Formats: sequence, C-alpha cells, structure tokens
Amino acid sequence: MEPLERYRPIVDDFEAFRAACERPLPSAVRVNTIKATAERVRRALDEADIAYDPVDWHDGLFVLPEDSPGANWPYFHGWIHGQEEVSAVPATVLDPQPGERVWDACAAPGSKTTQLAALMDDDGEIVATDNNLGRISALRTNTERLGATSIAVTHEDARNHSLKPFGGESYDRALVDVPCSCEGTIRKNPDTFEDWTLSHVEGIAGVQKGVLKRAVEATAPGGTVVYSTCTFAPEENEAVLDFALDEAACELVEYDLPLAHRPGVTEWQDETFDPSVRTAKRIYPHHNDTGGFFCAKLEVTGE
Amino acid sequence: MTDESTTFTRLPATADEREDPERATRAEVLDFWDERFGVAPETFADYTFWERGAGKLWLYRGDPPSPVDVEGLGMTFLRTRQEHWKPTLEAAQRFGAHATENVIHLDDEAARAFVAGEDRERDWDGDWGYLIVTHDIAGAVEPVGVGLYVYGELRSQVPKGRRREV
Repeated sequence: MEPLERYRPIVDDFEAFRAACERPLPSAVRVNTIKATAERVRRALDEADIAYDPVDWHDGLFVLPEDSPGANWPYFHGWIHGQEEVSAVPATVLDPQPGERVWDACAAPGSKTTQLAALMDDDGEIVATDNNLGRISALRTNTERLGATSIAVTHEDARNHSLKPFGGESYDRALVDVPCSCEGTIRKNPDTFEDWTLSHVEGIAGVQKGVLKRAVEATAPGGTVVYSTCTFAPEENEAVLDFALDEAACELVEYDLPLAHRPGVTEWQDETFDPSVRTAKRIYPHHNDTGGFFCAKLEVTGE
Repeated sequence: MTDESTTFTRLPATADEREDPERATRAEVLDFWDERFGVAPETFADYTFWERGAGKLWLYRGDPPSPVDVEGLGMTFLRTRQEHWKPTLEAAQRFGAHATENVIHLDDEAARAFVAGEDRERDWDGDWGYLIVTHDIAGAVEPVGVGLYVYGELRSQVPKGRRREV
C-alpha cells in the first residue's frame, strides 16, 4: 500500500510533498565535536577532495552531494558520523548539559546517542538502551569510533527500563526516539512503503506509548523528555502524546526550531487530541528538502 | 559480544585492595600510561576504570556502583593480563595526543597503509612493543591507532573491522 495519500488532509501543498518524497536524499554527516571541530573537518574534507555543502540551521552538519561517509580520513578518525539532517533535531531540542544524567530509550545505532554525548562535552552519564543485540553491536561500534566515554549501554525493553544498575537515580532528561513506521525516511529507503500496513502502525503505536510513559516516570520532576519519530502517521505521533498527557505526569512545552515546520495536528480521522499537541513540530520533506520528522518536547511535572 | 560476560567490575585502586593478583589496579594502569607513553595520570582523573571478562579494561566517565551488569560502559581502553599491555585503537585516538614517548609519526602514504592493515619494514630508534601511531591531518598531528614494533617492522594493529582504504 502507498500510505502517503492518507496525509492529503493534513499536509499543505500535497503534490509538492509527494514529489519531494520521490527524490533521493544525499548523504549528510555530523561533526563529532568530541574529537574534532567543524573547521578541522572542513579542512580534512578539502584535503580528501570530498565536496560538502553547509546546512544553514546547524554549523556541525554537512551534506555530501557526491559521496557517502565511510572510507576517508575524517571518518576513520571518528570526526564525522553519517546522520541525516532531521535526525539531528531531537538531540538539539533535548539540549542536554554537561554533567547531567540522560536516558536514550531506543538508542541503537547510536547517531543521536553520540550526538547527546557531544552536546554534553562527553561529561555526564548517558544510559543508552536497546532491545536488539544486533543493533546494540552497531551502537557499540559507533560509540567506540566516535570516542564517547560517557555512554553506558543496556539491553532491555525500554518499557520496563530499570534504574537499578546505576543506583536507582532518576534522569535529568530522556530522549524517546522510538521505532516507527519510518515513512519520513522514504527518500533514503525507497522500499519503506512495501511493508507498510495500518496494523503495523497501530501495533507499534502501542510500544511507543509504553516507552514514552516509562521515560516520563524515569525522569525527575522538572526534567525534559523529547519524543520523536521519523514518520507522518498521527497514530504514532500526536496520539502517543495525547496518551502520555493522560497517563503520565507531563505536559507539552514550546520550543524553537530553525527549520521550516508545521504544528502537530489536533484532529485525525475520528480522533481529537489535546490542543497542546500543537506545540509538537512536523517536518515535511518539501519544506526544507530533508527527510520527514516529528518532534515534541515535554516537561515532567511530577504530579 | 553476546556470549561474553556483561558484568563490569571496577578496578581496585591499589594492590592492597585486590584479591586476584592478576587483576590490574587503577594505580598500575595510570603508571602504564605514564611510563610507556608519558601520558600524565591527571589525564584520567575524571574517568573510572572497569574490567569485563579477563583483562579487557574499559574507561567510563560516570561512577556507577560496582559491579554493574550492562552491555557497554564507556570505551574499551586497554588489554591487560598479558605480558605487554595493549592500548585499544580508540584509546590511542582519544588520549594519544597526550603521549610524548613511544609515538611514531608516519607520512601520508605509510599512514594509509597502516590504516589498511599492512605491516611495513621501517627504522625506529626507540623501544620495541606497542607504539602510538600518528600522522598529519588538517594542519595538525593526530593519533591514528596502535602499532606493534618488532624485528624492524611496524605491524598494524588496526582491528579488521576498522581497516579502511582511505
């Protein structure tokens, strides 16, 4: 099934949206500031004759119009990491600070985890959880190459995440970048829609709700939780937030995002959601020539 | 990874605190980096050292209670419980810039061969054993990894999965 058609009622300039989804997306890399500066990376890419374009909203991201990251010096040194532009959004919204304790609930393969570590100057503690050992292996490989020392990796179902191994302390912040139907990655993965079914969307939404609820519970009152997906389906986005507002001690908060975006939708098919889901941001491929993404910021209220 | 122990235990501070005489202590690890590579012990002041399985040491920025049962804790750092302790490539890349001894600098062509996993004959006036390998990139010296110098040959210790034709 081709799922994009179902979003016609909520996406402006739908034909441009559909056309953008059909265009392949070039590779992008993030500068790993644990090991290098953007300036040194630019110089190393110049030396390696790799073309790169800056990204106007983030000075540590480069689009590689002709190459994929991999067999070059800056990659070998762990100075760069292949990461799509919109994938860099949720860690910047979470805005973790040095010395804090942060939970990355669905961490593998670790692009966002290592970005969190870099944002914290690799100072603090990031507990990176995943439920799949194969993906954990990729996460470990990435944390090693990028030289992160502040990341601990746990193998568990995030819905039942245990605080015990680290002394039972709650977190200052949590990133909930959940497994999803990945509709927004269609430009990178043209076969994304081949396996798409509504029952998968509905099934995975149940998992997403459980993970977000656990993240709110595991974060201290006053702490921040960011919820994100790379999909358009409101079932996996606003409906999950609406559930968390009802079932967990949290509220949605405003934030700034220097990328064109649209607010979260308050109505979808027969459902209406809490009006505060409008603070969430929908990133569409035709607005910034990126992948699609969804990102919301929550504050833990403790009541 | 899956068939290994997932229990990390913190290194004892000194020999007085250890029960297993083969187990490295924090003091020995700091001495090793200082004596072999000239890396000052203060470099590691903010990190805790952990052992998982036999001899594989990890370095972590946090300070959890020991033991801790997890899949990873910071970065792999040093192989002990063998005659010559061996730093990991990751440790060399992250901390090798602090090294002042047993550092071998390669030109661009030799550095590429090293990263591809090639062993090369070459002259070296210093000690045999594990060396930190550096090269020039983006206007400065940067550590690449660990080499083993023996019998007139620098042997690349770049793990198979990290080798690249750069």
